[in-house]
Amino acid sequence: MIFVWMMAIPLCGALAMLVPADRFLRTDFAVRAFGTGVSAATLLVAVSAMTAFDFGDTSRTQLQVNEAWAPSIGLRFHLGADGISLPLVVLTALLTFLCFLYTLRHPPAGGRIRLLTALLLVLEVGLIGTFTALDLVLFFVFFETVLIPMYVVIMLWGGDGRRAAASKFILYTLLGSGLVLAGMLLVAVNAGTLDMVQLAARHGSGVSRGVQITAFALMGIGFAVKAPMWPLHTWLPDAHTEAPTVGSVLLAGVLLKMGTYGLVRVALPLTPDGARVWAPWLGLLAVIGIVYGALACLAQRDLKRMIAYSSVGHMGFVLLGIATLTPVGIDAALFGNIAHGLITGLLFFLAGAVKDRWGSTDMDAVGGGMLGTAPRLASVLTFASVASLGLPGLAGFWGEMLAMTGAYRPDADLPRGAFVTFMAVAGIGALLTAGYFLRMLAKITHGTRPAAAADRGPAVSAQEYAAWVPLIALTLLVGLWPKTLLDVTAAPVRALLGGG
Amino acid sequence: MIWLASLAILLPFLAAFGGMLGGPSLGRLLGGRSALRDGPALIACAPVAVSLVLAAVVAFVVWQDPGERTGTLTVIDTGSVPIRVGLQVDGLSAVVALMVCCVALAVQVYSVAYMDGDRRYSSYAAFISLFTAAMLLVVFAGDLLVLYAGWEVMGICSYFLIGHRWEERANSRAAVKAFLVTRLGDAGFLIGIIVLGLGARTFEIHGVLSRVWTMPDATLTAAALLLLAGVAGKSAQFPLHTWLPDAMAGPTPISALIHAATMVAAGMYVVARLYGVFAAAPGALAVLGVVAVVSMVGAALAALAQDDLKRVLAYSTISQLAVMGAALAVGAKSAAVFHLLAHGAFKALLFLAAGCVIATTGSALLANHGGLRRGMPVTFWSMTAGFAALAGVPPFSGWFSKDSVIEAAQHAALHGGGTTEAGWFAYAPLNSTRHGEITGPPGGVAWLVYLGLLLTVALTAAYAMRAWLMVFFGEPRGTYEIREPSRIMTWTVAALAVPAAVLGFFGLGASELRPHPGPALLGIGLAILGAGTVFLVWNRDPASDPAAGLGPVRRVFARGFYVDELYAMAIVRPVQALARGVVRFDRRGVDAAVVASGRGARRLGGLLRIPQNGNPQTYLTGLLAGVVAITALAVIFR
Repeated sequence: MIFVWMMAIPLCGALAMLVPADRFLRTDFAVRAFGTGVSAATLLVAVSAMTAFDFGDTSRTQLQVNEAWAPSIGLRFHLGADGISLPLVVLTALLTFLCFLYTLRHPPAGGRIRLLTALLLVLEVGLIGTFTALDLVLFFVFFETVLIPMYVVIMLWGGDGRRAAASKFILYTLLGSGLVLAGMLLVAVNAGTLDMVQLAARHGSGVSRGVQITAFALMGIGFAVKAPMWPLHTWLPDAHTEAPTVGSVLLAGVLLKMGTYGLVRVALPLTPDGARVWAPWLGLLAVIGIVYGALACLAQRDLKRMIAYSSVGHMGFVLLGIATLTPVGIDAALFGNIAHGLITGLLFFLAGAVKDRWGSTDMDAVGGGMLGTAPRLASVLTFASVASLGLPGLAGFWGEMLAMTGAYRPDADLPRGAFVTFMAVAGIGALLTAGYFLRMLAKITHGTRPAAAADRGPAVSAQEYAAWVPLIALTLLVGLWPKTLLDVTAAPVRALLGGG
Repeated sequence: MIWLASLAILLPFLAAFGGMLGGPSLGRLLGGRSALRDGPALIACAPVAVSLVLAAVVAFVVWQDPGERTGTLTVIDTGSVPIRVGLQVDGLSAVVALMVCCVALAVQVYSVAYMDGDRRYSSYAAFISLFTAAMLLVVFAGDLLVLYAGWEVMGICSYFLIGHRWEERANSRAAVKAFLVTRLGDAGFLIGIIVLGLGARTFEIHGVLSRVWTMPDATLTAAALLLLAGVAGKSAQFPLHTWLPDAMAGPTPISALIHAATMVAAGMYVVARLYGVFAAAPGALAVLGVVAVVSMVGAALAALAQDDLKRVLAYSTISQLAVMGAALAVGAKSAAVFHLLAHGAFKALLFLAAGCVIATTGSALLANHGGLRRGMPVTFWSMTAGFAALAGVPPFSGWFSKDSVIEAAQHAALHGGGTTEAGWFAYAPLNSTRHGEITGPPGGVAWLVYLGLLLTVALTAAYAMRAWLMVFFGEPRGTYEIREPSRIMTWTVAALAVPAAVLGFFGLGASELRPHPGPALLGIGLAILGAGTVFLVWNRDPASDPAAGLGPVRRVFARGFYVDELYAMAIVRPVQALARGVVRFDRRGVDAAVVASGRGARRLGGLLRIPQNGNPQTYLTGLLAGVVAITALAVIFR
C-alpha cells in the first residue's frame, strides 16, 4: 500500500491546487510552502518505504499492491518495488522535494505558482508510478503522465526558445512512447499476460525469436529517445536549456532515467533474445554518444547547454552497461542512473544559481574569476564538475568503471572484440569529459573578474544550500561507499538475467 | 598493523575535510597568530605528524618481522570480480609510506611560513592533506581499484594545487594540462587494471601477483603496457612528460611535494608494486627501458638549457624518475626503490631550498640569482648537499642509489638476465615465479639502458653544476637584500639535508645495493667530466650562463624539443576542430533531420488539407465525381 500512499499524497496536493486562490492559500509563498510540505511528506513516505523494504532479499518484489483494474482485458493495478526500482523511487522523491525547497526562495520567472506546484506534483506521481508499476499498461500510463506536466513546465516557465523546445520535446518523446507501446503490446499479446513479474520470470520463453527481435527494436528505440541515445538526443539540449531550473533538474535527474529503467525493467527481461541481437548496436550507439556528447560539450559556450550535452555522454555509459547484458554492466547502469541523477541535478541547480546572479549562463558573459566573486558557488560548482568527470571517491566514477568492466567481458553471445573496442573508446570519452569540465571551470571560475562585469552576486541563500547539501552529501556517500547501492542492485540484476 | 596504516591514511583525510570546512573558524576560535594557535596550520600539520609517527611504527614492525599483512574492510560485489576494500602492508609499502609522510610533514611545516598571509592558505593546506592521504592510500592499497582511487585523487589534488593562484590564466592552463595529460595515461591505466583484474579474477594485488603465471602472455603484455601508460603519465615519462615543467606554476612547496618526491614517484612505485606482472611481460619491460632512456637523456639535455631554476629541477625530476624506470627495466627493483627514496629526499630538499632562494630573490630565473652563498649559508650548504646527491657525488645518497642502478644495468648488458631479488623490498610472490628468476630485457635494450645511464650521469652532473654555480657563485645579479628567509623554512631545509646526505649508507645493508668498484669509479669519472666541463666554461666568464656554450641547440633544449608544439598541432587543435565540427553537425545534420521530419509531416498535412478547403461547391463536385466514377466502374467491370 505504501506506494499508493506515495502517489496519493502528491496527487491530493495537486488537486488541492484547483481550489480557487481566495479560498485556500492566498499568497504565492503559502502555495510554495504547501508544495514543499507535500513533497516532504512524500519523501517521508519514501524513506519509510525504504525502512519497510527487506534489504536481505532485494530480488523479490516487495511492498506489492495487486488489484484487478480492468479484468476483461486482464489489466491489473500492480505496484511494487525491488532493488532495481527502489533507489530510483527514493531519488525521485528526494529531487522533487529539493526542487520545491529551492522554489521556496527562488521561484521561476513567469508567476502562476499554483499551476507550477500542481504540475510538479503530478510529475512526481507519474515518475513514482513509472518506477513502481508492474503491469505493462499501467507502466505505460504513468510513463505518459510524466510528459504533459514537463511539456507545460517548459512551455510556460522556459527561456526565450521555449515554444520550439517544448514542442520538440513532446512530439519526439510521444513518438518514442508510441513505439514503446507497440513493442510492449506485441510481447503481451504473444505471451498472454500483461504482468511484468510473470513475464520477467519466463525470461522470454513462449515468445518467438522473431517477435522478440521486433519487439526489442520497437521498445529499444522508444526508450532510447528518452534516455537519450545518440542520434535520438536532439530534443534534450533544447529542452534542458530552455526549461526553468526545477524543470532541468527533474528532467536530467529523473526523467532521463525512465528510458534506461525501461530498458532494464521491460525490454531486457521480456525479450532477452531480441536484446542479444540488438545489444552490439546499442553498445555502438552508446559509445558514439559518449564521445560525441563530450566533443559537443567541448565547443559549447552556454553552461546549461554544456551540462545537457554532458548528459548524452553520461547516459552513453549507462547504455553501454546495459548493452553488455552482464550483471556488472547492468549494475553499472543502475549505479550510473543514480549518480547522474545526483550530480547532474546538482549541476543544474548550480547553473540556475549562476543564471540568477549573472542573468545568463553564457560562459563568456559570466566571464571569469567566479572563485573570487562568488567563492562558495564556484567551489560547489567545482565539486560537482569533478564528480561528474568521474573522480574515484565520488559517485560518477563507479558507473563508468563498471560499465567498462562489463564491456571488457560482455555476455558470451556477444562479439567480444567489438565490445573491447567500445571499452577503449569509452575510455577516451572519459578523458574528453575531464577536458570539457576543466575547460568550463578554467573559463568561469579561474582568472580575474572582467572589469565590466556585475558586482558580486547575492550570497548563497539558505534554500540554495538546502538544495545542494543533500546532493553533495549523497554524492560523497555513494562515491566513498559504493556498496550502499551495489548491494541493493546486485541480486535483482542477477535474477533478471536468469542467474541465481 | 593494518589499523595503524589505515589510521595513518584516515588522519590527513579527515584533516582535509576539517581544514576545508572549519580551518578559518578554528583560527578565529583560537584567536592567535603564533604558530601553535594558528588554526589552519594546526589542522594541516598535526595529523601529518601523527601519521608520520604511525608510519614509522609500521615500518619498524615490518623491519623487525618482515612479511606482508593484509586486511580487508569490506568486499563489494560488483556482479563480476568483487572489489576488496583493503590494505596491504609490507616492506616496500612501509618504507615508501615513511618517505611520503616525512616529505609531507616537511612541506606542511615549510608552507606555514612560505604561504604566510595567503588568503586561501586553509584550502591549500587541506588539499595537501588530501593529497597525502591519497598517496598513502596508493602506497598501502591492497586492491587495484583502491589504488586507482588514491591515484586519481592525487591527480585532482595536483590540479587544485598547481592552480592555487588561479587568477593568472597561465597557472590555470598549467593545472588543466597537468590533469588532462595524466588523465590520458590514466584512461589506459584503468583499462589495464580491468584487463588484469578480470584475467586474474581478482583485483587484490596479492591475488593478481600470485596468479600472474596462469594468465596468457598476450593478456599480460597488454595489461602491462596499459599500466605503463598510466605510469608514464604520473611519473612524467616520455611521451606524457610535458605537464611537469609547466606544473612549476604552482607554489614551490607543491613542486617539492607533488612534482618531485611523491606523486611522480607513485608511477614507479606501482611498477615496483606490480613487478610480477611486468617481469612476466618482457615486452613491456623493454618498452619501459626505451621510454626511460629517451626520458632521462632528453630531460637531462633540456635541464641543461633551462632559464628557470624550478624548471631545471622539473626536468631533472623527469630524468631521475627515468633512472628508476631504467632500473626496473633491467630487473633491479631494489635499486629502483632505493633511488626512489634517495631521490625523494634530495629532490624535496632541492625544491624547498629553491623556494628559499625564490623567496629571497623574488625571481625563479637563474639570470637574476648569483652570489647567494654569502648571505644564505644554511640554504647554500643544504642545497649543496642536494646537488651533490643529485649529481652522484660520494658519499651522498644519490651516489649509492645511482651506482646500484648502473651496476644492475651493466650486469644486464654484459651477462644478460636480471638479478635475483632479496633484501629489503623482496616480495614473496616474486620469488615463486615460473622460471625461478626474473628474465631480463632483450640484450639490445639492456645495452641501450646502460649507455643511456652513463650519458645521463655526465649530463646530470653538468646541469647540477651549472645551477649551483649560477645561484650561489659569481656576483649578485639583483637589487634584493641577500638574507635567509624565515627560520621555519631554513630549518626545514636543513633538516631535509640530513637524509639527503646519509640515506645512502642504509643501502650497505643489502648486497645488491652496495657500491661496486667498477661502476662506482665509472660513475664518478663521468660526473667529474660533466661537472668539470661546465665549471671550465663558467670559469672563463662567471657572469654569463654556461649554457650559452651549447650554441644554437640551446633553444631546442630549452623548449623541450618542441614536444608541446607538436602536441598542440597533432592533438589539441584537431580535437578542438572536431568538437566544433560535432556541434555544427549536430545542428545541421542530426537536429536538422528531426526538424525536417517535423516540417515534412506538416507539408504532408498541407497537401491533405487542399481538399478540405471548406467550400461546399468543391465538396459537392467531388461527391458527384465520385458517384459517377463508381457507377462507371460498376458498369465497366460488371
